[in-house]
Amino acid sequence: MARTASPRGTDSADPAGLGRARAAAISAPALLIIAAFLVFPALWTLYLGTTNYRLTGFAARHPRSVGLQNYTNVIQDPDFHHSLWLTVEYVLFSAVLGQALLGFVIAWMLRDARGWLKRLIEALVLLAWILPSSVVAFLWVAMLDRGSGTLNALLHTPGTAWAIEHPMAVIVVFNIWRGTAFSMLLYSAALTGVPPSQLATARMFGANSWQQLRDVVFPHIRGHILTNLLLISLWTFNDFTPYQITAGGPNGKSEILPVYIYQTALFDGQMGLGAAISLLMLVINLVVALVYLRLLRDRRGGRKLERVAP
Amino acid sequence: MKDPTVRAVLAKIGRYTFLSVLLGFFALPMLWLASTPFNAHPTLDVSISSFTLHNFSVLLKDPYALPSLWNSLLLAGGTALLTVGFAAAAAYALSRVRIPGRNGILYALLLLSSIVTGTAAMVPLFELAFKLHLIDSRVGVILVFTGGLLPAAIFILKDFTDNMPRSYEESARVFGASPFQIMRHIVLPMIRPGLATVTVWAVVNVWSNFLIPYILIRNPDKYPASVVLYTFYTEGGQPDLALISAFSLLYSIPVVLLYLFVSHRYGFRFHGGIKR
Repeated sequence: MARTASPRGTDSADPAGLGRARAAAISAPALLIIAAFLVFPALWTLYLGTTNYRLTGFAARHPRSVGLQNYTNVIQDPDFHHSLWLTVEYVLFSAVLGQALLGFVIAWMLRDARGWLKRLIEALVLLAWILPSSVVAFLWVAMLDRGSGTLNALLHTPGTAWAIEHPMAVIVVFNIWRGTAFSMLLYSAALTGVPPSQLATARMFGANSWQQLRDVVFPHIRGHILTNLLLISLWTFNDFTPYQITAGGPNGKSEILPVYIYQTALFDGQMGLGAAISLLMLVINLVVALVYLRLLRDRRGGRKLERVAP
Repeated sequence: MKDPTVRAVLAKIGRYTFLSVLLGFFALPMLWLASTPFNAHPTLDVSISSFTLHNFSVLLKDPYALPSLWNSLLLAGGTALLTVGFAAAAAYALSRVRIPGRNGILYALLLLSSIVTGTAAMVPLFELAFKLHLIDSRVGVILVFTGGLLPAAIFILKDFTDNMPRSYEESARVFGASPFQIMRHIVLPMIRPGLATVTVWAVVNVWSNFLIPYILIRNPDKYPASVVLYTFYTEGGQPDLALISAFSLLYSIPVVLLYLFVSHRYGFRFHGGIKR
C-alpha cells in the first residue's frame, strides 16, 4: 500500500489539525487524575513512612518525622518476618505451583477435547474467576463451615473448623480455585502454537507423553510460562480476598502482607508504620514488573501476549 | 508385558477420574449459590427442601441490600464514564500529535498502574482521601478507581486510534470540519468497540472491588454491594442465609451477563481486570 502523498510530520501525523495546544488540553484531565491518584500516592509513601502518623490521637494532628525508625522497626519486627514468610508460602503454593500447574494440566488434557465436558469445565473454572470476591469468599465460608458446611458432610469430618485449624491451607486452595482460569486460558492459547507435526513425529519415534511435553511442548511455550508465572505471582501477592475468608486469623496465622498492612495501618491506626511496609510491597511489585517488561521486550511474541491478557 | 488395549482403557479411566475430580472441585463451592437462594429453609449446606422465591422478598425488605446495588452502580457507572471519556481523549491526542517520548511515558504509566495496586497503596490512598476530605465520598472512590484504570484504558484505546485510517479525518478536514467535530462524528464512532471494551472492563472491576470502598467509605448507607455482602456475614449474630444467598445471586448476575455479552459480541475473553 502506498503512503499518502503528504510528507510525514505534517498532515499525515495530525490529520484532524488538532495541534499541540489542543492535544495537551484534551489529554490533561486523564494525566492529572493519574498524577494525583496514582503517581503521587506512590511517592508520598516514601514520606509517610518516615513519620509517626496515626489515625487518631495527638500524632494524628501533629505528626513528626521519625527518620528511618519505622523502617528499622519493621525490619526487626518478628511479626513482619512471619507475615513475609506466609506471603512467600501463599504465592509459591497457590500461584506458582497451584494455579500454573493446574492451569497447564487442564489446558493440556482438554486441548483436543470437544463437546459438553470441555465446555462445562471451562465455564466453571471461568466462573470461579469472574464472580465478585465478596461472593466467592462467602461461598467458601459456607462450604467450610464447622457445623453444617458441605465439606464436612462430604468428608465425614463433622465439627472440623477448617478455616481455624488450617487457615493457610484454606487460603492457598481457595486461591488455586479462584485464579486457575487465567493460566488455563493462557496455556490453551500457547498450546495452539505448538506445531502438531512435531508432536506427531515425536509420537512416531515412540516418545511417551512426558517426553513429548519435555522435548516438543515446553521449548515452544517457555516464554508463555515465564509471563504466566510473573503475572499470577504479582496478582496473588496483591490479593486482598483472603482477608474476607480468614481476616488474617486466627492469631495472625494467615496474615499475609496485604492483610498485615491493613491491620497495622487502618485497624491499629499506625499509619507511618503501615506506610513503611507498603513501600516494601511497592518495591517488590516494581521488581516483578520490571522483570516482566524486560521479558516482553526480549521476545518478539510480546504483542500477541498482551492480547491474551488485555 | 502389558496389553496395549488394557493400557488404553486404564488411561481413559484415569483421564475421566481426574476430570470428574476437577469438575467437583470447581463446582462444589458454587452449588450453594445455585440452590440456596431458592431454598425455603436456607442452610449452609447444599440442599433443596422446597422451592421458594420468598428469599428474594426478604431481600426487598432489607434496608441496605437494594440501595447497595444502586451504590455499586453509581460507583461503576461514574468510574466507567470518567475512564472512557478521559482515556479516549488522551488516546486520540497521543495517537495524532507527536509528543517527544510519548510511548515511553505511556509504558511507564502502564507499569506504574500494575505496581501501585489498591493493596500496596492503601495507606497513601487513605491518607490522600483524608486530606482532600474525600473520606465517605463517592467522588473520592470514583477518582481513586479512575486513576488506577486510566493508564491501561489509554493503552487499549490508543491501539484502536493508531489503527484508524487517517484519510477519513483528512477528508472531513478538507470539507471544513473542526477538530472537535471530527472527534465526535468520525473518531468516536470508529473506535466504538474499544470504548465498549473499556467500559465493560471498568464496570466489572469496580462492581467487584471490595478493598477501596471498604477503606474509604464509612457511612453504611453509601456501602456498595461488595462491602454490604461482607458485613452481612461478618457482623455479629446469626447470619441471615435467606438474605445472603438471594443477594449474592442478584449481585453476581450482572458480572456474568457482561462477560457473556463481551465474549459473544467480540469473541475474545477478558479477565477480571487488573486485580487490585
